[in-house]
Amino acid sequence: MSTVLLLGVVLVLAAMAFVLCRGRALASAGGDMRRLHSLPEAYGWHGALMVALPALAVLVLWLILQPVVIARSVGAILPVTTTTQTADEAQSAQNAEELALMDVRRLAAGIDSAVSSGQMAEVAPDGAGADMAALQEALAASGVALGGAITPETLAAAQKYRSLSAIGLTARTVFTLIAALAGLAAAIMLTQKDFRARNRVEAVIKMLLIAASSVAILTTVGIIYSMLSETLNFFRLYPVSDFFFGLTWSPNFRGNSEFGLIPLVWGTLYITLISMLVAVPLGLFSAIYLAEYASPRTRNVIKPLIEVIAGIPTVVFGLFALVTVGPFLRDWVAQPLGLGDSGSSVMTAGIVIGILNIPFVSSLSDDIINAVPQSLRDGSYGLGATKSETIRQVVLPAALPGIVGAILMAGSRAIGETMIVSMGAGAAAKLDLNPFEAMTTMTVKIVGQLTGDTDFASPETLVAFALGMTLFVITLGLNVLALYVVRKYREQYE
Amino acid sequence: MNKMQNPETLVIANANKMTARKVQVHYGTNHAIKDVDVDILDKTVTAFIGPSGCGKSTFLRCLNRMNDTIPVCRVSGELLLEGENIYDPRVDPVQLRAKVGMVFQKPNPFPKSIYDNVAYGPRIHGLTRNKAELDAIVESCLKKAALWNEVKDRLDSPGTGLSGGQQQRLCIARAIATSPEVLLMDEPCSALDPIATAQVEELIDELRSQFSVVIVTHSMQQAARVSQKTAFFHLGHLVEFGDTGQIFTNPGDPRTESYISGRIG
Ligand SMILES: Nc1ncnc2c1ncn2[C@@H]1O[C@H](COP(=O)(O)OP(=O)(O)OP(=O)(O)O)[C@@H](O)[C@H]1O
Ligand SMILES: [Mg+2]
Repeated sequence: MSTVLLLGVVLVLAAMAFVLCRGRALASAGGDMRRLHSLPEAYGWHGALMVALPALAVLVLWLILQPVVIARSVGAILPVTTTTQTADEAQSAQNAEELALMDVRRLAAGIDSAVSSGQMAEVAPDGAGADMAALQEALAASGVALGGAITPETLAAAQKYRSLSAIGLTARTVFTLIAALAGLAAAIMLTQKDFRARNRVEAVIKMLLIAASSVAILTTVGIIYSMLSETLNFFRLYPVSDFFFGLTWSPNFRGNSEFGLIPLVWGTLYITLISMLVAVPLGLFSAIYLAEYASPRTRNVIKPLIEVIAGIPTVVFGLFALVTVGPFLRDWVAQPLGLGDSGSSVMTAGIVIGILNIPFVSSLSDDIINAVPQSLRDGSYGLGATKSETIRQVVLPAALPGIVGAILMAGSRAIGETMIVSMGAGAAAKLDLNPFEAMTTMTVKIVGQLTGDTDFASPETLVAFALGMTLFVITLGLNVLALYVVRKYREQYE
Repeated sequence: MNKMQNPETLVIANANKMTARKVQVHYGTNHAIKDVDVDILDKTVTAFIGPSGCGKSTFLRCLNRMNDTIPVCRVSGELLLEGENIYDPRVDPVQLRAKVGMVFQKPNPFPKSIYDNVAYGPRIHGLTRNKAELDAIVESCLKKAALWNEVKDRLDSPGTGLSGGQQQRLCIARAIATSPEVLLMDEPCSALDPIATAQVEELIDELRSQFSVVIVTHSMQQAARVSQKTAFFHLGHLVEFGDTGQIFTNPGDPRTESYISGRIG
């Protein structure tokens, strides 16, 4: 039975369980719903869950474990070629084994499809006596392309693979159905009028909700874990203090690289600062205009228009920085002021990222300002305050925690922005105060170190993970700080 | 506390502070106030009574143009403050509201400290020259609103952290700190316990020596206790307006009588 069909059968059984349990519960109460502990539907759902959950658990476990088990037993009959000595050799031996297994799997699938479409006779179970060349030809005729020539060992392994898979498939079907039927029987036996079906169903729903929220957390943990191990690898090859306190960044794929973090952190923070200087005032002012001054009609036109900006891909913004803002700043500001003649600059990237972030700040702040209760405004107007006094002294303070949140979101976007920086500010890691110089950020360098030759053993590549980890810690720190500020503020005013 | 005022002698001497003639209020198509004529006398407490939804708050909000903040609301007719039409285009509603202050039905303290709540009006209107003067105003207003003893040790804590009744008294303190000429109070005591209510009533009586007070209330006893003039609203109409003593002892309209005696409302 295929997986989809099996799933279908389980679902049908679950539906049956729903109907059966609901009916049984009603019957046990003599048809009087008020004598049931829970609503009849709860008994139905309990039955359906009792069928579906164990069966699905068995199925999922089987799907995960079967390939592992089969690979292990098939791998055992493949010829082992290497005696492992160093870590590198162990690595390549493992790779070779994986390649061989892949061949086996492909061959097995090829024989399967050729046999089932009738283009080939069944091969002997252990592959003995088969004509390798003829087999290869027959497979090619039925559209199965193989990497290399078929050896008797591979064929034997493929045959074993096929037979194990077939057994596994049958066993999987049988066990899944047993689990489903056992669940059905248990549910029917449990169902009577005093059984607390609702509580059980709600417990399951609660588990589902917990599972949903842990996905995000587990992902974060996984990200940290994978970055941490590579970061540690990097620090085994490169001194920690040179990384964190080094003032030069000059990676060199032939060795002798210098990975000083400071120029990158400086570039990141400088660009973020400029972008926030653009995004926060403009975004906040347009939010105030939209929320407090604009008529509903104007608001309905302007708000979507501002939000359009958020939908533009950042690479388009990068082009804008590259061909418009950069040259403009160079020709009209930097050169007349004698501040250099670089087309790409911190200023360019900062301004363009700032524009990109305006809708984030304005849209979120607008919603937050709108959520400030009208009664507060009335209170202020009732004391003879003007509109601007009311906004500055009552509305904005009341909206501040939310606005801080919006600003921080914009800030983390600015810190993480890559495309606009690499097109607008260049890729030169420099430590300079002049905002019209080309500089670059950590994210750009992460991409730079990982493109091209990716040998995951050299510090030139591994440094990307150290950078990523640092970035992660910086943004985490900012977020914690923001949470602290907002909470402090809330304590004071709520 | 429960002494009845002697209305007549007090009222006659006082001049008209605010005059309303043929005032109409529409919320979109809903005609909420119909042809209302009222005189608010100087240094007098006027009570608005009437069943829920009859338009007391709406009319009250006309007196300081608070209805301007509601887009669907239209006011027509004549409303004068000391002979000057307050809906005249030359009148700045901001200046008007500094003269005609308001306390709302629901307490609405600002998310600021208790001190800053009371100091809000004096600050925006520049009523004080230094911190000492401001401190004095805050203290005296909080004392008048019968809140000083409860909050004097925590003037820096947020006003929103007070109980509902304390918040309402804070709003009253905030309103009188601007020293308005007319104070509008929309059910100021609906969230207060009897002791605080008595204190606020005493305050209203005290305020009468400085300015006129208009109070909306659902409590007949309160209207009778604090006011010299009473206006009875019903379904957007002003049914009866006159001296409090006369309205409560000898109402001219059968609807007033049945409302006061608890038969409609
Ligand atoms: N913001 C508004 N928008 C539309 N209609 C309103 C608004 N405020 C009040 N109304 C309507 O105006 C009428 C009078 O309402 P108002 O609030 O003045 O009553 P009230 O006498 O103060 O009642 P209560 O004693 O319950 O406070 C009601 O029919 C109400 O539905
Ligand atoms: Mg009201």
